[in-house]
Amino acid sequence: MSLVLRNIHKHYGSVRANDGVDLEIAPGELHGLLGENGAGKSTLMKVVSGFIAADSGSIEFDGAPLGVASPRVALEHGIGMLHQDPLVFRPFSVLDNFLLGSAGGVLVDRKGGRSSLAEMAARYGFDFDPDADARSLTVGERQQLEITRLLWRGARVLILDEPTTGISEPQRVKLFAVLRQLAAERLIVIFVSHKLEEVEALCHRVTVMSRGRVVGRRELPTPRHDLVRLMFGDITLGGARPEVTLGDPALSLRGVAARTRGAPLHADLTVRRGEVLGLAGLEGSGQRTFLRLCAGLDPVGSGTIVIGGHDLAGKPYRRFLDAGVHYIPAGRLEEGLIAGLSVAEHFELVGPNRSFMVDRGAADTLAAERIAEFSIKGEAATTAEALSGGNQQRLLMAMAPDHPVLLLMEHPTRGLDLGSAQWVWDRMLRSRAGGTAIVFASSDLEELQRYSDRIAVFYEGRIIAVIPASTATSSSLGLLIGGVVS
Amino acid sequence: MKRLRSAPLALAAALGAIVVILFAAGAPPLEAMRVIFEGAFGTTDRLGATLMAWTPLVLAAAGLLITFQAGLWNIGVEGQIAMGAIGAAWMARSVEGPSLVVVPLTLIGGAVFGAAWALIPAWLRTRFRVHEIFSGVALSFVAAAIAVYLIIGPWSRTGVASTSGTDIFDPRAWLPTIGSWRASPVGIGAAVAAVAAVLVLLRGSRFGLRIRAVGRNAESAHLLGIPTQRYLVAAFAMCGALAGIAGTVQATGFHHKLVPSISGGYGFLGVLVVLLAGFRALWIAPIALFFAAIQVGSTQLSLRLGIDSSLAGVIQGALVLVVLIVGGFQVYSAARGPVVTGEGEA
Repeated sequence: MSLVLRNIHKHYGSVRANDGVDLEIAPGELHGLLGENGAGKSTLMKVVSGFIAADSGSIEFDGAPLGVASPRVALEHGIGMLHQDPLVFRPFSVLDNFLLGSAGGVLVDRKGGRSSLAEMAARYGFDFDPDADARSLTVGERQQLEITRLLWRGARVLILDEPTTGISEPQRVKLFAVLRQLAAERLIVIFVSHKLEEVEALCHRVTVMSRGRVVGRRELPTPRHDLVRLMFGDITLGGARPEVTLGDPALSLRGVAARTRGAPLHADLTVRRGEVLGLAGLEGSGQRTFLRLCAGLDPVGSGTIVIGGHDLAGKPYRRFLDAGVHYIPAGRLEEGLIAGLSVAEHFELVGPNRSFMVDRGAADTLAAERIAEFSIKGEAATTAEALSGGNQQRLLMAMAPDHPVLLLMEHPTRGLDLGSAQWVWDRMLRSRAGGTAIVFASSDLEELQRYSDRIAVFYEGRIIAVIPASTATSSSLGLLIGGVVS
Repeated sequence: MKRLRSAPLALAAALGAIVVILFAAGAPPLEAMRVIFEGAFGTTDRLGATLMAWTPLVLAAAGLLITFQAGLWNIGVEGQIAMGAIGAAWMARSVEGPSLVVVPLTLIGGAVFGAAWALIPAWLRTRFRVHEIFSGVALSFVAAAIAVYLIIGPWSRTGVASTSGTDIFDPRAWLPTIGSWRASPVGIGAAVAAVAAVLVLLRGSRFGLRIRAVGRNAESAHLLGIPTQRYLVAAFAMCGALAGIAGTVQATGFHHKLVPSISGGYGFLGVLVVLLAGFRALWIAPIALFFAAIQVGSTQLSLRLGIDSSLAGVIQGALVLVVLIVGGFQVYSAARGPVVTGEGEA
């Protein structure tokens, strides 16, 4: 009854979301799938559960090949997936949700379903009111309902994608107990997460993915910094950056607390002009919130954010832009560029020209200059979505002001090939030499160590350490990222 | 909002659909098409009637193009037309003077009322995140109700409480016409100017570029420093103003009074025109002419072939469906990748 994946490939344009992934899981195993965002975990699990089709590769369950084409077919073969936000139809009752997608004729067997639901709930220790409105359920309860439904439908492989996000502590304990029970019943449980402690607490074995590939497999327990190193990569080279004299403070945070959903954040920090600060930490530990706060994009709960001598906390985003702050997000096409608009139109949008009509000729000339200066492989008329990831990043950098006071970058080289990544850093170090302070988040230890002056390590929404990059090693950073403060 | 890559295919499919519908309705297709064509363009009077339908349709469609490019589904355009007509009627009823004074005032009144009515969904959307489709549908009913209230209440004909309309306006408030032609050159001129203005605005201006940026990705646009909400509000207001002028044309150029259902369905038809035009300004005028011709020419179907003229609506709706299906199919077949076979890599 084991599940075997062989050589799974899935490309989205030039992005290799899965690049030849092999995975084999025995019955009764609680298997952790670990990796940062964009490592390819979700893509792999969507392939297994039939939500998307792989470009090539094979899936075998119980010795039989699966030509999985849809979630329904996958579930018929015994593979069920629980999504991060469980797909519950909210206006329906609990019972109707339970019965959704069940086999049978036109009429729904509510009576039979009611007793099945009671039976399944009793077996796993859940407590449902079948007639309650699904809207009244918490995320954790919706999750329990969905697990019960999948098991009732005959799932022998249960895939859980980041299941502990948004559920309460008792619900998490309950969930883990049920998952252990399922493993004892010889089911396969695949637990997708980027939370180390949960994988350590729950799983028998773990597979670590990075950049679309499997980078390691471990029996648990194994030292935590070992897992961090698999996820974040090793530091192979010492830093060799041109020395820069640090200037006045460019950014100064005092007692800043965020006021958004997701990771809470408390930060006190000063970054000086010409300095590079790297933000390390597991995904969702507060780095993104930190960057967005500094960019003026997220509301500040309390504290001061001083940029260029002025406290901008609570001020509109425009003020941050005028103060010389520039933010380049990780989702280049989703939250940075505008699909459907051309390269020239992007420059026109951020350009200083204020005339009513766009001067096409001048726009094309400007675009051509910038395209040459930033080595963008594309033309003035190329639309943003037609550019490769590396060239989208070049376009984003080309749209930045020439000498920003503060450059904030989220995963500046994620998904880029080595040449593009090197180009991005050459460019960033040049603006640093010009007095720009750079703050970047990365999940690549080598990048953090090589380019930062200092590294701030985030853990559960807090900066738990700020260390000079020159003293950082894979193991010291690995321990910190895992939350171990020596 | 993908552009259609093969217009000939869409055209062929559309013609095929028309032939099938005419067959199903029991009409000889070629004969029916000839009747429609002659009904729309056969005489100068008929051409005038077609242009009279074309005018509000083009105005509404031109306005809708702006909101569509801003990523908005301004379904409330029907209500904005009705409010424009009410504004124009108010001017026509309350201002006395020569045409040169009253007619511009009715046009301005219509535009202002239409724009003001469009600011309500804009406000609900930007302030309370109420989707414009829901507010638009509701507000269209409200606008129609206001029109009915005015017709049977404060503006009712002396001694008659009838929903057939208000008193006829003073002829000096009518849109001026030439000779026996019912279509007003002022209305036609306004429609042509609207298309030209929208074309220039969306294709050539920085304002239009920003509108398109906001419509395609509001989050990125915000990051680039564009005040996205202001542009959404502006798009609503512009569409409302053009719809209001369409309402003015309906009131002072066609009915010469305020009637219930003054919008004449041109708002919804305008949505179809824009969808069929693939969101391109240049295509609005010819496609609207085609729709107006079907609308007006179809009245001849019942006279000459004994077929119900409501066939016009069926043809117009089916055309849009066919074109959207062809466009959707092209997008689908382009996006479809190879499917995993479970047989392993060859």
